Amino acid sequence: MLFTTTPTTLTKKALAILFASLLLLSVASSADEKHVSVFSPVASYTLPVLDRAGREYVGLLELLDPLGRVSTQSDGRRLRLRYNGIDADFFAGKTRAKIHGRDFEFSAPFLIENARGLVPLSSLSALLPRFLGTPVNFRESARRLFIGTEGIQPSFRLDAGNPPRLLLNFSAPVNPTISTEPGRLRMVFKRDPVVSPGSQSISFDNKVITHASYSENNGDAEIDVAANEPLMASFSNDRKTIVVAVVAPAVQQTPAAPSAAGTGSQNPAPARPAANNAAGNTNINVHRVLAVVDPAHGGEERGAALTDTLAEKDVTLGFARLLRHELEIRGFAVALVRDSDIALTLDQRAAAANVARAGIYISLHAVSQGSGAQVYTALLPVEGTSNGVFHAWNAAQAPALPVSRMAAAAIVAEMQKREFPVRSSSASLRPLNNVFMPAVAVELAPGTDGVTDLTSANYQQRASAAIADAVVSLRDRLGAQP
Amino acid sequence: MIPRHLLIGVAVLLVLVVAMAIYLHHMRRQQLASPAVSSLPVAPPASGPTEAVTLYVADDDAGILRLRSALIPLPGGRQQRAEELLRALLRIYQQPGAPHPLPAAADVRAIYLVDPGAAVIDLNAAFADQHRSGILSEQLTVNSLVETLARNVPGISRVNILVEGKTRETLAGHADLSESFDVMTIEQADNQ
Repeated sequence: MLFTTTPTTLTKKALAILFASLLLLSVASSADEKHVSVFSPVASYTLPVLDRAGREYVGLLELLDPLGRVSTQSDGRRLRLRYNGIDADFFAGKTRAKIHGRDFEFSAPFLIENARGLVPLSSLSALLPRFLGTPVNFRESARRLFIGTEGIQPSFRLDAGNPPRLLLNFSAPVNPTISTEPGRLRMVFKRDPVVSPGSQSISFDNKVITHASYSENNGDAEIDVAANEPLMASFSNDRKTIVVAVVAPAVQQTPAAPSAAGTGSQNPAPARPAANNAAGNTNINVHRVLAVVDPAHGGEERGAALTDTLAEKDVTLGFARLLRHELEIRGFAVALVRDSDIALTLDQRAAAANVARAGIYISLHAVSQGSGAQVYTALLPVEGTSNGVFHAWNAAQAPALPVSRMAAAAIVAEMQKREFPVRSSSASLRPLNNVFMPAVAVELAPGTDGVTDLTSANYQQRASAAIADAVVSLRDRLGAQP
Repeated sequence: MIPRHLLIGVAVLLVLVVAMAIYLHHMRRQQLASPAVSSLPVAPPASGPTEAVTLYVADDDAGILRLRSALIPLPGGRQQRAEELLRALLRIYQQPGAPHPLPAAADVRAIYLVDPGAAVIDLNAAFADQHRSGILSEQLTVNSLVETLARNVPGISRVNILVEGKTRETLAGHADLSESFDVMTIEQADNQ
């Protein structure tokens, strides 16, 4: 018995150590993974690059699969491939292959691993036209492969107004990852076939926005804009234009709401205008902005079960009533989408805000996990067609999204002032994407006292005062009621 | 006179018959005691060479997706690879103490890769019915599924999520499932 179990245990241990080592190796290698980006009219995609004997390889099947119909057969030494009716034979360890009856010479040996064919990256420019019948442009140093496309070339135009703006125009819609750091705004194009604007670096005769540069690396293209002040970027012209501008300074308070900005719940009540004044008497010379506040869920639709007896729909209604009060005393007109326990569809909620032509739409939610609050803006789905002023229902929010994001950022800032743990992100949350005015959703989570915080008037009041102060700071950017 | 060895033989056979009857009775009782239906999804184990994949694993506390490399057996077909990939992701969420717990009975029924660039994920009813309700939790689930699929299956640019083969308004009351998810938009949102 002892004789049989000992080797089994040892084998298991050895296998476990081997598996753990492989896992560690793969985790370590994922940090600086090499990849190649492929851009074609059919699909744009990214593939991992494998290092073999000091050369870079890519999987042949993965490369061709998104471009057409492909099938392979392999016995470990030979790989037969059929792509859109073109037959090819590849041999493990050989540089010579046969494609459509003609010889083809690789720059390094073809490899077969686990019945998977690997081709050297440096041969792609010559190999792919044999299958695709179209020329390809492979920028090997940047690992960017263009098939049947010239790429999207950006052009720069500096609007030297005050504050200055840099307009980047593209020949097709783009969707870069945008990040900012002091004195710099980075746009990384992972899926867009953006190519060099002609010059790698452009200097501007401007004291604020000084220069822009273009670079390519590891499948990505990157445009960096340097400035002496913090920058932000926004999209226009159906995502064909990116406007880079200086972050606007804080909006000055209008005379009608002198004590509103920065007025938190910690401040004594007399610092604010009295409620009856806010209802209409003090706003003689200012626009009166309508805020639509939407307590999520209601009726049979209870939302999340926060405790065994507490439903999300009840917390959101109480929270909405407090927010209405906080906004009203700051001079806003406020409409609640529901002021009782009734069920409404998401379309009815969106229609209520759109018909009222609200200046801002605020949806309120509550959750029992996490802490503090989350602020959301719309994560738009694949956009439907827009026709002039008519926008697709699922993307009605698109034109207002930049201001929505500003509102979310303002709410985060105000909540942080009140020491709320808070984050902002995007969510595919209806009806945010169906309303055409700036729109945010706030999900209130418990504080230090746990779920009981969610029903605490003090806790809700702090949160609603933060939201109201944030909305006040954006008053001039919100549509006004006549 | 019956020979002695015959008597012994019959006696041994009788003992064996009685022992077999007792054993059969015991086995039948054991079978009745075990549940007839298991709530856990049944999926055949994947076969094929092991490959390194990158999973986008949701972390509820941090409210983000974390990259995690894993070695999983992936079959040859593109569609089967996609299904195994998401099942590997679900296994992480179904472990005790997972950073983003999902119900034990949650499963991916199928994934359909529709040209050009579209994928449809069909979840089982338990996945949605027993999912925790909340914007953050639901959105992390959606982003995790979409990004893991797009990262490891080249060419996917948009993803639809169905439940039991049908369109569902939300995952668990919040995350909208009625529209296609744009992979680039989700990637961009996660990078913010």
